[in-house]
Amino acid sequence: MKILVTTADFDLTTEVNAIRVNQPKVGAVVSFVGLVRDTNHDHSITCMELEHYPAMTEKSLQEIVVAAQERWQIIDATIIHRVGKLSPCDQIVLVAVASMHRHDAFAACEFIMDYLKTWAPFWKKEHTSDGAHWVDARESDELAQQRWTKPTQH
Amino acid sequence: MNIHVLYFAKLREQLGVSAETLDLPDGAAMVAMMLDILRTRGGVWTEALAAGGSFRVAVNQELAEMTMPLEEGDEVAIFPPVTGG
Repeated sequence: MKILVTTADFDLTTEVNAIRVNQPKVGAVVSFVGLVRDTNHDHSITCMELEHYPAMTEKSLQEIVVAAQERWQIIDATIIHRVGKLSPCDQIVLVAVASMHRHDAFAACEFIMDYLKTWAPFWKKEHTSDGAHWVDARESDELAQQRWTKPTQH
Repeated sequence: MNIHVLYFAKLREQLGVSAETLDLPDGAAMVAMMLDILRTRGGVWTEALAAGGSFRVAVNQELAEMTMPLEEGDEVAIFPPVTGG
């Protein structure tokens, strides 16, 4: 398991290779990359600042991966989240999950992202032509996370 | 009893402080009581930390309920709902 909070950019291919090369049991890798959009609620974004709570962030991301491992068969997983100043089109977050079968990798990747967005202590501040403001939490993100707490149907 | 309090993001800016050491009186060793003490500072403190307001509390880096007991040396963080990803 790799959990990394960094100001540096990441390379998708490098990270996917790291969890699949020489792992003959891996039959599926699902990855998600989150990017900075140039608009949010009709505001034009010039840059984005990401603040976090260093002592808690990696710990909470680790707990999210452990929770995913309890639900699905995961061979390896990587989360990279960037902090600091980012611009539109920059990569913010990577979640990559390797498993034997695609169902586990798809589900675990989505689960990890949904929990990351509602549990991990990161905060976005958008700088727009109208000034800077902190992004409000979205109810849709809360609902996306809550659906995992309902009994699953297989 | 001393605890270390941290504030993040919008709350940090509203309150104008990022960290402080708080001396809690005996018998106030619970998250809810710590918040009551902070609210008595009035003004922006009462507003930003209003009961039922949109903020979260973590004790020693774990999200905590209002009834969570506090101990000497605990790290308590108060922050808005998270918006990463």
